[in-house]
Amino acid sequence: MYYRQAGTYRTGYAQDMRLMPLKEDRILLGLVLVIAFAVLPFTASDYWLSAILIPWLCMSLVAMGQNILMGYAGQLSLGAAGFMAAGAFACYNLILRVEWMPFPVAILLSGLIAAAIGIVFGLPSLRVRGLYLAVATLASQFFIVWVIDKFGWFKNYDTSGIITAQDIVIFGKAFTSPAEMYLVVLTITVLLTWAAMNMARGSAGRNWQAVRDMDVAAEVMGLSLLRTKLQAFAISSFYCGVGGALFAFTYLKSVEPAAFDINLSFRVLFMVLIGGLGTIIGSFYGAGFILLLPVFLNIFFHALFGKAVDASITSALEQVIFGVLIILFMIYEPLGLAKLWQNLQERMRRWPFKF
Amino acid sequence: MNPEILFFFEVLIGGLLAGVMYSLVALGFVLIYKASSVFNFAQGAMVFFAVLSFVGFMELGLPFFLALLVTVGLMILVGMATERFVLRPLVNQHEDTLLMATIGLAFVLEGLAQLVWGVEVRRLDLGIRDEPIMRIADATGIFVSVLDLVAGLVAAVMVAVLAIVFSRTKVGLGLRAVADGHGAAMSIGIPLRQVWVFVWAAAGIVALVAGMLWGARAGVQFALVGLALKALPVLIIGGFTSVPGVIVAGLIVGASEKIAEVYIGPYFGGGIEGWAPYMLAVLFLMFRPEGLFGERIIRRV
Repeated sequence: MYYRQAGTYRTGYAQDMRLMPLKEDRILLGLVLVIAFAVLPFTASDYWLSAILIPWLCMSLVAMGQNILMGYAGQLSLGAAGFMAAGAFACYNLILRVEWMPFPVAILLSGLIAAAIGIVFGLPSLRVRGLYLAVATLASQFFIVWVIDKFGWFKNYDTSGIITAQDIVIFGKAFTSPAEMYLVVLTITVLLTWAAMNMARGSAGRNWQAVRDMDVAAEVMGLSLLRTKLQAFAISSFYCGVGGALFAFTYLKSVEPAAFDINLSFRVLFMVLIGGLGTIIGSFYGAGFILLLPVFLNIFFHALFGKAVDASITSALEQVIFGVLIILFMIYEPLGLAKLWQNLQERMRRWPFKF
Repeated sequence: MNPEILFFFEVLIGGLLAGVMYSLVALGFVLIYKASSVFNFAQGAMVFFAVLSFVGFMELGLPFFLALLVTVGLMILVGMATERFVLRPLVNQHEDTLLMATIGLAFVLEGLAQLVWGVEVRRLDLGIRDEPIMRIADATGIFVSVLDLVAGLVAAVMVAVLAIVFSRTKVGLGLRAVADGHGAAMSIGIPLRQVWVFVWAAAGIVALVAGMLWGARAGVQFALVGLALKALPVLIIGGFTSVPGVIVAGLIVGASEKIAEVYIGPYFGGGIEGWAPYMLAVLFLMFRPEGLFGERIIRRV
């Protein structure tokens, strides 16, 4: 088959440390990137770009943040949407109040602000874990959204409730068409994914995994729990903040606290659970799956009944499907879609033989 | 009495009564945690599922008690199905895995309830009046309804029964053994499956009672799930393993959120109720992670 490990010799440390040791993987990645950067912006319709690809990339970033915290560092969190809100409003206010602020800098700073908030709300993780921690992160979810909603300054004393996000301006050029916005989101996503993959396999990632597997043991071995856990919280919130800011600026095109409610946090959680705990790439699968399922359900019902079904029915059905899938994944494949994909690759490698 | 002090007491009592409702949900949670060390995130969904089914059966024309009976049967079925399809395949797994599975279960129950019975808000009439009792109001100026009193009484009785079952009976001993370790309990001959079915069915019935009282107050609607989330801070403050702790913590949460809302809320434009319980729980976690009455958590390598 196409997929072979044989014949891949590593003759130096640099080769040994490569992110993708297999040549086939590199070619595949190159193809994906070429299609994403050079083909899709010109061929995909505006609907595909602005209703599917842009939210998919944004939510993948958020899911990645949640995955770093939950899948790698093992800290259960239900506050992703709160950090997304923090990032979105930080970005809005930075651009609003600092005239010369270029968009990439604003995104970076809003990520850092979200990270700072994440550190504060990560403090309980030093003492508790599991469901206890989930409740503590619920506090962050409700508190952040409440603060943004109640203190007018964050919303620039806008009373209408719907705040239009500013245009994305980089070096004097406004990125307003779906294709241009898609390119901005794609660039940031690729950069942050690359960073996340390297963090996950580097010493940071190994420290997180040690804490996840047994925090007491990790501490005994000389890891600083304080540093490792708060680092995970900070980086996770950074990703959530950046993802949230992009989500608000390029997908919603408005900044409003109500968009970042507890349901969004649950969706992010599901993306990680279904996509695969502790895999960076799984965040993309999970986000895509959760975002596309409603679309497919609609198409399915159209085909079945010839007309659209009541939205409340599809959303209830969606809930049931998510729930069943999560239970199934927890039982049969706790590592989610990413692991399924990996299994398929292994199969391909030895195909047509069984062993 | 001084009107301001009177007003304070009114707020306090209103909060305490709301707290009893939180305790009722938290109770089902403690029940499952004590008996299987599973964090059952689905307890809120079970409340919603149970009471929505109950109202649904009533709408189909069943008389009150028959509907109640059918719903109890349904909750037992849910307990059995949960044991068969969720817990049994996950025996001896890490408790975080079980927690996530119950999050999935919560979504299944919420979705199913809405698929079958629809999404509109329903009224539930238990035949208990939810108006202030005039005699008490005239004498003291404090408004308390019969429903409040019934809720308090029901909570007290359930807590008493469960506390006795856990500490005094053989069944309770078996339940605590299972909580300590699934494998160990099985090896000394405790029938894990029956124990789990029993506990989940009992939690389902507790959920039904809580849901009926809540539904009578706030209407049967999806918002119940959000209210039920507030049982989580109650649990943390009371301690996951303590039945009486749940009641005390429920009262603390209820009273403090109402007092915060009334006395601090106006300075910030209100809405403090939404997060005050969680923040209180975080404070508790910082200083007393095992809660007021919980067992101290000791972790070994």
